[in-house]
Amino acid sequence: MLRASVIVFPGSNCDRDVKVALEKVTGFPVQMVWHGDASVPASDLIVLPGGFSYGDYLRCGAMAAHSPIMRDVVAKAKAGTPVLGICNGFQVLCESGLLPGVLMRNASLKFICRDVHLKCEQDDTFFTQCYRKGEVIKVPVAHAEGNYFADTDTLDRLEGEGRVAFRYSDAEGNVSAATNLNGAQRNIAGITDKSGRVLGMMPHPERLFETALGGTDGRRVFESALVSVTSALS
Amino acid sequence: MKARIRITLKNGVLDPQGKAIQHALGGLGFAGVEDVRQGKYIEVKLNETDEAKAKDAIEKMCKDLLANTVIENYSYELVA
Repeated sequence: MLRASVIVFPGSNCDRDVKVALEKVTGFPVQMVWHGDASVPASDLIVLPGGFSYGDYLRCGAMAAHSPIMRDVVAKAKAGTPVLGICNGFQVLCESGLLPGVLMRNASLKFICRDVHLKCEQDDTFFTQCYRKGEVIKVPVAHAEGNYFADTDTLDRLEGEGRVAFRYSDAEGNVSAATNLNGAQRNIAGITDKSGRVLGMMPHPERLFETALGGTDGRRVFESALVSVTSALS
Repeated sequence: MKARIRITLKNGVLDPQGKAIQHALGGLGFAGVEDVRQGKYIEVKLNETDEAKAKDAIEKMCKDLLANTVIENYSYELVA
């Protein structure tokens, strides 16, 4: 049976939203897994939700990255289990070393909570295959630390390997300093690991997955996962 | 033994908080502030008495958790 797991850290606050999105879009039963557990039960995909794990102490995601459950998440990700990190989950993925770089304080120093345009840069990974390359979508962000930073070599490698998933853009898909929401290097809003099975993104696809929420632009992250899992089985 | 650990942003990493502090200092009338960089100071008390061992432990703590070496440098001193 197909199953998804959502990791719950103290301070996670988007865990139940993403559970509903997963259940409604993929139909998978969703297991909520506490951060203090030693292992994640058998799962076809794992989600690290948004929130303020451990109160953002030290650095966002730093404490969560060293919680007991993360040892197993890292091991499972390295063995091929797909992992999606949203917002604080993206920060945790960076701090745990599953994704390169780090999310710093927004250049404006402000908490930014609004819908933003994203240019989709991938159409062939586990969580992005239902998007079209170059397509522009509108998804909410809600963060104070979303300013993606990595050194130039790392950024060039990400670009060269096609690992930038989403960039902050305008409605026409123009990517420029003017559309750079938070100071992120090269307007990066989301990246994948080398295998394409680990995605970290600052925007919240689970907040816009059905029309009752005002739109469905985030829905295809979960549809992509469904297609990826079921096509791997056939 | 106690370790006094300083964590600072690497050169070239933008520090918007430092800039905001610089701006506020200017607003208070402090002239000639050329730059402000903000960092962290952490004290760790160890029951280790061997200096070399304490150094190894602090070094590992900094690398594993206290600093993110993508953007931060760390330095420390051990005091009795």
